[in-house]
Amino acid sequence: MERTEAGDAVILRTEAVSRRFGNFVAVRRVTAEFRRRALTSIIGPNGAGKTTYFNLLSGALRPSQGRIILERRDITGTPQQRLVRLGIARSYQITSLFPQLSALENVRVALQALTRSRYNFWTPRARLAGLAERAAELLELTGLYHRRHRPAAALAHGEQRALEIAVALAGAPRLLLLDEPTAGMSPEETREMMRLIVGLAERHTVILVEHKMKLVMGISARVMVLHHGELVAEGTPEEIRRDRLVRRVYLGQREH
Amino acid sequence: MDLIGATAVARGWRLWEPIARHRALAVMLFIAVLPWVTPYQALATNILIYGLFAAGFNLLYGYLGLLSFGHAALFGGGAYACGIAIVRFGLPWYAGLALGTLGGMAISLLIGALATRTRGIYFAMITLAFAQSLYYLAYQAQGWTGGENGLRGVNVRRVELFFLPLDFTDPVARYWLMAALVGLALLALSRILNSPLGAVIEAVRENEARARACGYDVAATRLMTFVLSGGFAGLAGALQALELSTVSIETLDYATSGLVVMMTLLGGAGTFFGPFVGAAVFALIQDVFSLWTVHWQLLAGAIFMLFVLFLPRGIWGYLLEWSEQRQATQSS
Ligand SMILES: Nc1ncnc2c1ncn2[C@@H]1O[C@H](COP(=O)(O)OP(=O)(O)OP(=O)(O)O)[C@@H](O)[C@H]1O
Ligand SMILES: [Mg+2]
Repeated sequence: MERTEAGDAVILRTEAVSRRFGNFVAVRRVTAEFRRRALTSIIGPNGAGKTTYFNLLSGALRPSQGRIILERRDITGTPQQRLVRLGIARSYQITSLFPQLSALENVRVALQALTRSRYNFWTPRARLAGLAERAAELLELTGLYHRRHRPAAALAHGEQRALEIAVALAGAPRLLLLDEPTAGMSPEETREMMRLIVGLAERHTVILVEHKMKLVMGISARVMVLHHGELVAEGTPEEIRRDRLVRRVYLGQREH
Repeated sequence: MDLIGATAVARGWRLWEPIARHRALAVMLFIAVLPWVTPYQALATNILIYGLFAAGFNLLYGYLGLLSFGHAALFGGGAYACGIAIVRFGLPWYAGLALGTLGGMAISLLIGALATRTRGIYFAMITLAFAQSLYYLAYQAQGWTGGENGLRGVNVRRVELFFLPLDFTDPVARYWLMAALVGLALLALSRILNSPLGAVIEAVRENEARARACGYDVAATRLMTFVLSGGFAGLAGALQALELSTVSIETLDYATSGLVVMMTLLGGAGTFFGPFVGAAVFALIQDVFSLWTVHWQLLAGAIFMLFVLFLPRGIWGYLLEWSEQRQATQSS
């Protein structure tokens, strides 16, 4: 790939990254580029390796082989808490919140993580300037403001998924990784979520994992298809729709 | 604001709110009436000291969710640090207390550097193993610690408090001085719980993976909390050294580690008030039953088991839950 030309348009690149679990290869030599301020979707059937690939991108797992480059910087093996500070944030396929904390505190704690006084043990936390206000804004954006005082555990499923995104957004991320944000949602909630994601993609670089292909075709700039851990196709939604291999391995299985 | 310590835990209490807002004050009030309600004054001092010890333990167990079985090392370590400072180096009482607190923190830093990489049963076992090593060390180092006879002669007679001389041999004066120190420690604890770090501690307890994804260093958070917890335990140990004028090897015994776990669970882990309630109930059980029978520990054990089975959130935890439910039904 022509690095010079792609240079600035590309925010993240993986070079032949693999991840094995014992003898099993969950992600196999995936080489891909992600463009800035675009919505890229990663699709693929169950067990294709999408979540594992996300874990590699977000630093939750180390690649067994290959390199990951964020802007011109090699971030392979950098721990997750450092990557957050470099602007990589993620949401989880299985809701991962602070269940007993209020919606507001969930976001506030995430915001606090990026301040210098994050481990301060003496100043009252309410005195950290602007965090609660910023948290309230993010809840407003994700439609949860009226629920801000509820514990995360007491929110409806769709609301929890939205809160996941608010928490991920707290990092003011340059790169937002969303792992099946619509998992388990009703059609109504799904539509709502998709609207939110499209809005986010206008201001952020979003990588979206989804296994329902139909959902992403209309909104993605690029689509990547994973199958058995391998990148089997990559292109615009139109190209993906026409791709023979994709039709066989993916559409053939899931959308009959 | 609430008594679970998290201003953020969303619960609508009205009755408890004033107590919750001034939780450190509320405990101090409790401390202030204590000597009048306990049968004799030494018991009140005992509750004071073990209450502080349990409150420090609770920071680690109740708020962060790490179960240490080696807190005796921090309590006993603080007691010996204070005792050695006074007996062997002739330092004044306040230096003894400061060194006891720092001693507790230093030992937890040492233990924590290894133990906080683990959690669950592994954390419990590593802390236990360290505490046992320290016990053995203190047992052997007779020249410093007095070995199995304990360290005697931690005598403080007079205390100059802002040029106000206080007779430290007078139990009442001693109680008030200690109550004031414990009160200050509780203000500090309340402040820690209210701080940004307090929020991180809860976040780590609630969801470690999420806390990490937010950008927090979970191992570092554990270590900081463990060290802070060690400071409170160390201060409690130092106070006990002053109270008893001696440090016995039993302060480092694993039974002491077990005791603080029981007190905290009995009172209510993860609540600000719980550890003191637990320490008080435990002290009373011991006091009353040991008059009846030499087998009082059997009874104490049985009571503890009943509580774990039927009131798993502890006495104070149960009271909170009950008042919360009552309000929920009233408002609906
Ligand atoms: N920690 C692990 N240890 C062992 N095997 C794993 C681990 N994580 C994932 N796998 C395996 O790797 C393969 C890919 O899993 P992954 O979760 O990445 O798939 P996915 O594409 O996200 O699937 P889904 O659509 O169901 O979410 C699966 O076969 C899974 O069993
Ligand atoms: Mg997945």
